[in-house]
Amino acid sequence: MSATLTSPPMAPQPPVEERKHYLNATHGLASWLLTLDHKRIGMLYLIGITIAFILGGFAASMVRMELMTPQGDLMSAENYNKAFTTHGVLMVFFVLIPAIPATLGNFLIPIMCGAKDVAFPRLNLMSWYLFVIGGLMTLTAVVVRGVDTGWTFYTPYSSTYSNGAVMTAALGIFINGFSSILTGVNFIVTIHKMRAPGLTWFKLPLFLWALYATSVIQVLGTPVVAITIVLIGLERTLQFGFFDPKLGGDPVLMQHMFWFYSHPAVYIMILPPLGVISELVAAFCRKRVFGYHFVAMSSVSIAIISFVVWGHHMFTSGQSVYAGLVFSVITFFVAVPSAIKVFNWMATMYKASISLETPMLYCFGFIGLFTIGGLTGLYLSSIGVDIHLHDTYFVVAHFHYIMVGGAIMGLMGGLHYWWPKMTGRLYNEFWSKISAGLIFAGFNFTFFPQFILGWVGMPRRYHAYPEELQVLNVFSTAGASILAIGYAMPIIYFIYSLGKGAPSPPNPWGAKGLEWDIPSPPPVENFDEPPVITEPYDYNPKAVGGH
Amino acid sequence: MNKNLPLVPEQASSIAPGVDALFYFITIVTVVMTAAIFLGCLILAIKYHRKREDEVPEPPKENLLVEVAWSIVPFFVVMIIFGWGAYVFFVSYNPPPHAMEMYVVGKQWMWKLQHPEGHREINELHVPIGRPVKLLMTTEDVLHSFFIPDFRVKKDVVPGMYTSVWFTPTKTGKFHLYCAEYCGNQHSGMIGWVHVMEPADYEAWLAGVNRGETMAQAGERLFSRYGCASCHKEDNSGRCPTLKDIIGTQVQLANGGRALVDEAYLRESILKPNAKIVAGYTTTEMPTFQGQLNEDQVLQLIAFIKAQTKQQTSTAAPTKGGKK
Amino acid sequence: MASHTTDLEAGQEHAHPPGLAHQFEDLDQQLDATSFGMWLFLVNEIMFFGGLFAGYALYRSQMPAGFEAASNHLDIFLGGFNTVVLIGSSLTMALGVRSAQLGRNIWVRNWLIATLFLGLVFLGVKVIEYSAKYRDHLIPGANFQWPDPALAQGAQMFYVFYFAMTGMHALHMVVGAGLLLYFIRQAQQGRYHAHYFGPIENMGLYWHFVDIVWIFLFPLLYLLGLAFHGGGGH
Repeated sequence: MSATLTSPPMAPQPPVEERKHYLNATHGLASWLLTLDHKRIGMLYLIGITIAFILGGFAASMVRMELMTPQGDLMSAENYNKAFTTHGVLMVFFVLIPAIPATLGNFLIPIMCGAKDVAFPRLNLMSWYLFVIGGLMTLTAVVVRGVDTGWTFYTPYSSTYSNGAVMTAALGIFINGFSSILTGVNFIVTIHKMRAPGLTWFKLPLFLWALYATSVIQVLGTPVVAITIVLIGLERTLQFGFFDPKLGGDPVLMQHMFWFYSHPAVYIMILPPLGVISELVAAFCRKRVFGYHFVAMSSVSIAIISFVVWGHHMFTSGQSVYAGLVFSVITFFVAVPSAIKVFNWMATMYKASISLETPMLYCFGFIGLFTIGGLTGLYLSSIGVDIHLHDTYFVVAHFHYIMVGGAIMGLMGGLHYWWPKMTGRLYNEFWSKISAGLIFAGFNFTFFPQFILGWVGMPRRYHAYPEELQVLNVFSTAGASILAIGYAMPIIYFIYSLGKGAPSPPNPWGAKGLEWDIPSPPPVENFDEPPVITEPYDYNPKAVGGH
Repeated sequence: MNKNLPLVPEQASSIAPGVDALFYFITIVTVVMTAAIFLGCLILAIKYHRKREDEVPEPPKENLLVEVAWSIVPFFVVMIIFGWGAYVFFVSYNPPPHAMEMYVVGKQWMWKLQHPEGHREINELHVPIGRPVKLLMTTEDVLHSFFIPDFRVKKDVVPGMYTSVWFTPTKTGKFHLYCAEYCGNQHSGMIGWVHVMEPADYEAWLAGVNRGETMAQAGERLFSRYGCASCHKEDNSGRCPTLKDIIGTQVQLANGGRALVDEAYLRESILKPNAKIVAGYTTTEMPTFQGQLNEDQVLQLIAFIKAQTKQQTSTAAPTKGGKK
Repeated sequence: MASHTTDLEAGQEHAHPPGLAHQFEDLDQQLDATSFGMWLFLVNEIMFFGGLFAGYALYRSQMPAGFEAASNHLDIFLGGFNTVVLIGSSLTMALGVRSAQLGRNIWVRNWLIATLFLGLVFLGVKVIEYSAKYRDHLIPGANFQWPDPALAQGAQMFYVFYFAMTGMHALHMVVGAGLLLYFIRQAQQGRYHAHYFGPIENMGLYWHFVDIVWIFLFPLLYLLGLAFHGGGGH
């Protein structure tokens, strides 16, 4: 039963320097800044997201350093409030929302569809410019004058009371929102209309199912936060009192409109990593994912359910009791498709052939941390308990387990898996394993104590806190420093690999997928010969009952 | 519990044990699931570690029964958690009858607490042990949230409306009071203490602190100063409805609907008089007092009006001191 | 699909057809994909305006008397005139799309110019209306004045939505006008034919969407008083 594992026979690949591919086909800054190639656009996004991650991480380190001592002694309260706002705004809007769709998604969707490019390449480039312009605008706001509303910018503080550069930051986020919407439109049309002949929906990799569901959320949800930002802007500049009670407005309405987007937004952040993990499990177990159809449908059902649970952010806000109960019960529904994914992945590993390269380490790390993050969501879905835990560090810990332990680990796993494909280079496996371990350890030291801090009542967004909470906070800050080292290392060894890394073969992992049938890095139009369409994850085509 | 490493909050209110029971049940579910998944992954990673480079495992066979099973079982578990949580929530939401009423106004960056007998406190609240307390709350400016972790109570205070929360303290001592909704510069400074005292000590405190006039007395002063008395006569002979005995009643509105006369209705009627006019009266009589009265004064007026109602479902003040 | 009526197809279908973008296999796929993309964009626009409609519904239910009084102050004649103008512009737009399908570029240009003209008439009327509001102190904010203090808060909230909704709508029309200018030039250069008219069709979709938004705005903002007329509601 030993099928061959390498890609179909190909002409021997000339060394990287001589063969023409998307990275060396054209040269010069203009060829990058005016590119229509989805692969180059994906790499441009990767640079932007890395910069945003570094800046957002720097803001977080300011926050954690202040929290080493109970008193607010490192910086003024105003600067602290600006620091946590900057961290949230950069990480949510300029890292987590775009990260996997705009980098890995842009690179892989056309290839996984067997197509030459996305449906709308110029729109794709425009999306990147909107991301950059929005990002520069927001950066200007947070650096020059600072924004202190929190990334959730609740009214009336943000519309009437705050003295920060709220309008500029809001405009930057608004512009960036269009980047998200247009990317979503592009991906939906590409997946619907640009698949190679024979590539039916249930032959698509699970990564595309996840990105498809994500794109639907982007198109439907993002405009609602866009109009919310417009209304807050009108209230702030022209005193149009949508949310101002003195003019008859309702501040809780703003929360409804904000969370109507921002809850689905967190699924924009987690569905793509869930898709990446499906790919990693299949590749490093050399097996199609168990329950392929169920995993595919779980992405779609998560996207649908995500639109009707927003009120679980508002259990203490003054909404009606019955609304709260409805939101609570539906929020519990969404736990089920998430659990289904984890169980199917583990069933895939049963009687598989597992190899523990770096991407698979990130995969295991994801499964563990996403499980904890997801289960701690049960506490917050339950109104009776959420009353106590809302707006405390318990919530902070919960969402960092999902966003960092989950989403960022998924991004790291995906980057480590597809880096050879995207760059034609191999990175240093020893250092990558070390940094994966540091990230996992540092992450848990940072965020696990925060569950306890929340349970004993430490509120969020606090510049100073009671003395008895210092030990837990110091523990958390110490973990953050390990985490920072863990994240610095990939930046170093990835960049190093670009110049000095060993050239990669077309399929270094022996994985199945259209992207592994083409050279590393791929040619400009992806496929020199028409792609061969098979069942998904066709590791054992000769097996009886394989499909 | 180690003073420097607190791992659990105190259980200092009547609902705390109920909340904690559910919290620990969810914790058991979480720990069991997490352990199962961690151990499962560890065992799978070791047992099925790739042994030969060219090894290819059998492809999986989809199994509907297994998929249904591991969907249904978690679904039932989370529905139990939902149901239990809804029950805990109802207990924490509905105040018992005859709770002591107190009033809270949040503002950047302090909590103003007012006992109906007139005691005013800033960032501190003295209460007796064992008696239910209901807080009627609002804010003068932005959103804040009134949070006493050891009592397991939290509720946002929202500009333009009243919210309320209740608790029955079950332990004496002092307990943290926090603001739990980011409200600007000194958000983390908007903190204080709830002091729970034995009844005798509480009485002594009430007697000892210089209390000034009661809220109802202050409300009465405002009622005449702002000319309310000239229209809202007790015998209903004025141009506007009487305010005697109206708390808790339903009124027919001019636009055809009905309204319950509670604190929220009174506040709205003072600040937006024409929002819900009683049937039979015209719109142009009562001026709005928006901008003339702050939230404290509105609460004092409401306390006065409540004192005009003989039988109430929740008492405005303890019966000590000769108040109704 | 339009029938073949131009002489372009003969040689073009086997060479690289003009107007075919490199990522598509053929013009059919391109038309299919671009239309689908435009529909998705319009769904996004529905969600965008939807937030405004939701806010309007909430405050109207809370402050019906103020909303009614404020609505009565709007000029139904001007609003109705604008509605007819906009529906007319959708007709000229549809005729422009039809001309593109038939490859009659001169008529594409003409119909699009007519559409642009009607759109500018609409915007001109809005300028007249907005100036009147400014004169009458009906712009929400510090200078807002309403004679009846009982209804002032509701009236101001109505005008908040009036300006936000019609302003956002007008902004979309300005963008549409800019796009029309671009397509007029393209038509002048004879770009469209039976196998390549997608851009005009998608422009039509956008323009019809902007029209439909107005068809919802007009009754909700201008005809509100008529709905309450004869009812209770002080």
